[in-house]
Amino acid sequence: MSEKHRKLERSAMGFVFAIILVGSIGGAVEIAPLFTIDETVEEAPDMRQYTPLELAGRNIYIREGCYACHSQMIRTLEDEVERYGHYSLAVESKYDHPMLWGSKRTGPDLARVGGKYSDQWHVTHLNNPRDVVPQSVMPSYSWLKTNDLEYRDINLDLTALSKVGVPYTLEMIDHAVDDLYAQANPDSVKVDGLLERYGEKTTIRYFDGNRSSVTEMDAVVAYLQIIGRLTDVSEISDLSLPRNPGKKE
Amino acid sequence: MVSNLTQKERYLAIYISAALTMIGLTIGIAGREDILGIHGALIAVIGLALIFIIGNSYYEPQPDSSNFKKYFDDTTKAGIIFSMSWLVFAAFIGDWVAWLLVFPEATFDAGWASFGRLRPVHTTGVIFGFGGNALIATSFHVVQRTTRSRLPDQLSPWVVIIGYNIFCLVAVTGYLMGITSSKEYAEPEWYADLLLLAVWVLYFVLYLRTLARRQEPHIYVANWYFLAFIIVVAILHIINNLAVPISLTHAKSYTIFSGVQDAMTQWWYGHNAVAFFLTSGFLGMLYYYLPKRAGRPIFSYRLSIVSFWGITFMYMWVGSHHLHYTALPQWVQTLGMSFSIMLLVPSWASAGNALMTLNGAWNKVRDDATLRFMMIAAVFYGLSTFEGSFLAIRPVNALSHYTDWTVGHVHAGVLGWVAMIVFGSFYTLVPWLWGKKTMYSTKLIEVHFWLALIGTLIYVFAMWNSGIIQGLMWRAYNEDGALAYSFIESVAAMKPYYYARAIGGFLFLTGGIVCFYNILKTIRSKAREQVKQPDRAPVPTAAAETQRA
Repeated sequence: MSEKHRKLERSAMGFVFAIILVGSIGGAVEIAPLFTIDETVEEAPDMRQYTPLELAGRNIYIREGCYACHSQMIRTLEDEVERYGHYSLAVESKYDHPMLWGSKRTGPDLARVGGKYSDQWHVTHLNNPRDVVPQSVMPSYSWLKTNDLEYRDINLDLTALSKVGVPYTLEMIDHAVDDLYAQANPDSVKVDGLLERYGEKTTIRYFDGNRSSVTEMDAVVAYLQIIGRLTDVSEISDLSLPRNPGKKE
Repeated sequence: MVSNLTQKERYLAIYISAALTMIGLTIGIAGREDILGIHGALIAVIGLALIFIIGNSYYEPQPDSSNFKKYFDDTTKAGIIFSMSWLVFAAFIGDWVAWLLVFPEATFDAGWASFGRLRPVHTTGVIFGFGGNALIATSFHVVQRTTRSRLPDQLSPWVVIIGYNIFCLVAVTGYLMGITSSKEYAEPEWYADLLLLAVWVLYFVLYLRTLARRQEPHIYVANWYFLAFIIVVAILHIINNLAVPISLTHAKSYTIFSGVQDAMTQWWYGHNAVAFFLTSGFLGMLYYYLPKRAGRPIFSYRLSIVSFWGITFMYMWVGSHHLHYTALPQWVQTLGMSFSIMLLVPSWASAGNALMTLNGAWNKVRDDATLRFMMIAAVFYGLSTFEGSFLAIRPVNALSHYTDWTVGHVHAGVLGWVAMIVFGSFYTLVPWLWGKKTMYSTKLIEVHFWLALIGTLIYVFAMWNSGIIQGLMWRAYNEDGALAYSFIESVAAMKPYYYARAIGGFLFLTGGIVCFYNILKTIRSKAREQVKQPDRAPVPTAAAETQRA
């Protein structure tokens, strides 16, 4: 072995190609099939895209680094399912560019937080977490309710996402700005178009309780309320749970 | 330092700086409606500053021709200063966010000061700022000595090191303003990624050009590791960061990967950033400076080969151990776990090789804090690779994942292994480069050693405790068969450990400041004694070993 290796050591380019070859195998075997094996991602015909307002909220969630402390991936462990709800399925993050599964729970998992609390609770909590959870170590995000949401370029976001495979139609892209406005203004005439494009179940509310403008708080709360509800997991999954290693019999 | 450049190099340097200014201006004007514009302005200002610095020394006399018979070390010197500056900055931010978890109100009511934005400032600052600069600096030094040839020109190493630091600066200021792709350890947006790619290609070419000029027939083992570091990081960086910008005048982009494929790609990248940035590169450092300082040849050439190819092959499989019990198909999880366990063999071969090299030099380890830094680095490398394989086992991961145990593991690796080997290497290298007999103060090296070691131990023990307690609380059931603890009870239980972690981090940061002070004092000390530094590879190279046998 070492004789052959000594030969290799005399060639820089030989070394370069050997490293590329040896280093590429693992990724090729593990990543490439994920795109081709059909069972990797479940079918969910009712799965919808994020509305423009929810997408804007998701981008603020990313901007503030919320994923550094909150996961969005409930593992197939019994205590997690009891604490947070049905374990996460691959299809639920099918339209997530990027995914936000996270790697650390300084705060709780959020994969099923949608619909768990009221809008008002979220607004109060984001404004100052310790007002509702006294022992919380989360920073306050009080500026969200005073910052007007920048959304005149939201159609660019939908266009880029459609390029990477999210099924936003041309109509959705053209009406992105109107749809965003409508979701945070239930009295607007534009509401019908939004419901037509994203479905009757789309929630339309003054998320931040403030009627005068669309704020970053509106977007973040709209996003938090849709997490885990883009599709109905109970209809997709009939998988049984593995036993929890931590549970007493 | 400009005075060491030739007239032609000075001319080209002005030209490149002007091009950088123009790029900055273009980005600034095109992106004026977006945060992108601020980064354009920042780049333009840096370009102008460079023009000014070079222009200031433009008409100084040409360097003496004898200069070109010596190795080119200006960029290594600069890299050491950059590296230590980033360490002090990023370790400070790290300790700051550690205190934020104890005092969550201390955010000045501002976005930039909240945990979520500061955390990537800390990780990027440490990994890329501190670690990356140390790697580039030492790789330039090592490749010249082990090939016995000078870097092929003096300008491209400068472009690499300055370009790299512009990337780090753009990345870190971006996070503060809310520009992030959210990909862990690859948070910079598309334009910063392109800048890094350009710098990296130049670095790769420069490395190959130097190897092509080598006077030694065999390529020394340290260079294998540096090569693997450069090549694989390029592959990881390109694939993981494939993205579509919403427009060329906006900072925001969307990754081409989604959901489960994105998760696998990110952790393939993420774990191999650990492997090829934080392991391979630093093993390159270890394979040169440890035997040099100890005055001993590398224990085993065969072990070096086995561990090098083992690490290069197996690491690329293990990323999926970050995704146990998730929506990632189980076959990928199982592959990741299996390779993670096998990986212990080449990892311990490296650690063992390093420690066996010290056999016969233990008296030096006792007396010389610099060598002790390297010994402790090898020990922590062995410990954290063992811990890594252990945490990759599915049922263990069920407990440890999402908890502080992972944070403790990473810091055992970065504080205990990466930082310690850098300190040992810098303390060896600084007196050589600046022509001094020793460091300014050996006592301060000793002080630094104990601050760094005690700080690391406090940090890691605190995180083991908090991580295991968290994991156990989350899965605890009471007698009625219901979950015993609410989530917030597990948060409250962490408080004493978060205090301890912040104190451990503070000790480590203090040690870093002591080190930087000692380095600066050494550079400025008057006692200029001509010290001949070694110019050959430390081991019997393959050829020498053949002769001996």
